[in-house]
Amino acid sequence: MNASAGRLSLWLLLTPFLLWITLLVLVPHLQMLRVSFQVRESWDTLAWGLEQYQNFFRESYYWRTFLRTGVMSLFTTFLTLLVAFPIAWYIARLARGRAKGLLFLACLIPFWASELVRTYGWMILLRESGVFSAWLQALGWADGPVEMLYNDVAVIIGLVYNGLLFMVVPLVTTLDGLDENLVEAGYDLGGGHLTVLREVVVPWAMPGIVSGCIVVFMLTLGSYLTPNLMGGKDSAWFTEQIFTQFITRFNWEQGAALGVLLLFLSSLIVWLGLKLSGQSLRKVMG
Amino acid sequence: MKGSQGKKLLFTGSLVAALGVSGVVNAEELRLITWGGYAPDDVVAQFEEETGIDVKITLSNNEDMISKLRATGGAGFDLAQPSQDRIVGVQRQFNIYKPIDYGQIKTDQLQPSMVKATQAATALNGQSYGVPSVWGTSGLIVHESVADTVTDYTDLCATEVAGKVSYRLKRPTLMGFAFAMGMDPFAAYDDRDEYQSIMAKVEDTLIDCKAKVKTYWTGGDQLLSLLRTGEVVAAMAWDAGGWKLSAENPDIRFVAPASGALGWIDTFAIPRRSENEAAAYKWINFVMQPEIAARITNASGNFTASKGADEFVKADLRDAYRASFDEQAINNIKWYPPVPPGLESLEGQVLDRVQAAN
Repeated sequence: MNASAGRLSLWLLLTPFLLWITLLVLVPHLQMLRVSFQVRESWDTLAWGLEQYQNFFRESYYWRTFLRTGVMSLFTTFLTLLVAFPIAWYIARLARGRAKGLLFLACLIPFWASELVRTYGWMILLRESGVFSAWLQALGWADGPVEMLYNDVAVIIGLVYNGLLFMVVPLVTTLDGLDENLVEAGYDLGGGHLTVLREVVVPWAMPGIVSGCIVVFMLTLGSYLTPNLMGGKDSAWFTEQIFTQFITRFNWEQGAALGVLLLFLSSLIVWLGLKLSGQSLRKVMG
Repeated sequence: MKGSQGKKLLFTGSLVAALGVSGVVNAEELRLITWGGYAPDDVVAQFEEETGIDVKITLSNNEDMISKLRATGGAGFDLAQPSQDRIVGVQRQFNIYKPIDYGQIKTDQLQPSMVKATQAATALNGQSYGVPSVWGTSGLIVHESVADTVTDYTDLCATEVAGKVSYRLKRPTLMGFAFAMGMDPFAAYDDRDEYQSIMAKVEDTLIDCKAKVKTYWTGGDQLLSLLRTGEVVAAMAWDAGGWKLSAENPDIRFVAPASGALGWIDTFAIPRRSENEAAAYKWINFVMQPEIAARITNASGNFTASKGADEFVKADLRDAYRASFDEQAINNIKWYPPVPPGLESLEGQVLDRVQAAN
């Protein structure tokens, strides 16, 4: 009686979660998978086939954009790690008391505004008639207006900025737990700064690094606004192509196939990353 | 066709749509999916007061309207405003609209030539699916300093203005360039091979031109700020945007290109599963009254199909219109004919290849 009541309450508690997973995650993805294998023969007849997937490999602009998106996302993730590590180190190890909270808040505050607002902020800074360009001219370092927007560097700056918080948080959490004695022991045993960083700090922070990297990589890969608004005429992003297929071209079949490929290939990259760094998803996320 | 209004509107739009669907219907209501500026607040307020019908507005653009209605099989909205060239192909393919009952439309307050044109352009199986509402053109917005250099679409690729021009990577650009290169894409609509060869030539031109474009603009606001700051001095864009800028800065103006401005007519169309058709017809007859239509023109910058609305339009807007279009430029407007299905995927591949080219 008691056991069955317990089981009932367990099921009741689980219901919202199960409904969420099934209705909003599982079913739409299965539906997308189904649509991606449908080929429009004429206006109102459909057949099963692999045409959309063949298109991806046959038309070079699809897979080239995918490759570009993947490589730039990996690079962005790496840059974010480089920028975030010193910040996280300072917050976790050096800052004390109130300063610690304030610094953490400073990282958090930009995220109270939406991605769109943050992106527009960067556009105001970088554009030809923008703030940086005006400063450079005022300082006499540039003769005319300098255009810094609408290129790949601008896109990466925007993406790194958007990913920063999601790298800093897991890093701070893991670095917080690092015992001071371990670092000291490293120095006592004759290690230099680099050796201690490589042999003691990084291995300790590895779960934080990997989980931060996964989150930032996925966010970057799936980001839409930043590449769209800050990228120039050459900077196609894969999510833009999916959006175009669904919304502009009414080609849901192709869009679904590209979506499935994005899901599959990004999972593959994350899996490879875990294998290469010798981590497991359970260790990293748990 | 007032511009892909930016992603923000689109997302807001979907949100509003989602709420609209789940909301409980109490009072009588009209769910309108339309372009920014086509349903000004004061017009909506007056309609609500006179009829007691609640108007719920979702801002959208052609592609988004079609996608939303396609997703629901024509439900979720009671009245839509697609462009007339985007109705028949979509209707045949997705069956999302129902025919217009012209008996319920006060056609005497509409310009007869436009009614005839729209009825013909939206006809399918002997019935029409659209009523003309707002029309406008795409052409060139140029700064005084380069007005002599840029007189046609292809002049956007001139070396004198390199790095200071912008256009969209969408089908109007393909059409404009084709006309400026001396071809007639509209005449080739039914000849797929001919059309493909025209598009191939346009593709080469656009790829050659790519290095000279500052950026491909994607939203109306983005374009306006590029032109306002002087970062861009010539662009392919809508007339209304150009007139808005001339009002702020007289050095910027909208010109009809030598090969002809591209003309579009946005319509009223009734989604197949509209829940309040009566309110939809009431809205159509209400906003097409000359005085109300003039208010829409004053708000959006686009002129309407309403007869006699011109005399209520703001004087400066009328002057700007006359400065851009003389008699000959008006006769030279290339009106979009209905797009046959299949062409858009062909154009899509051209646009993708231009986007991916280096």
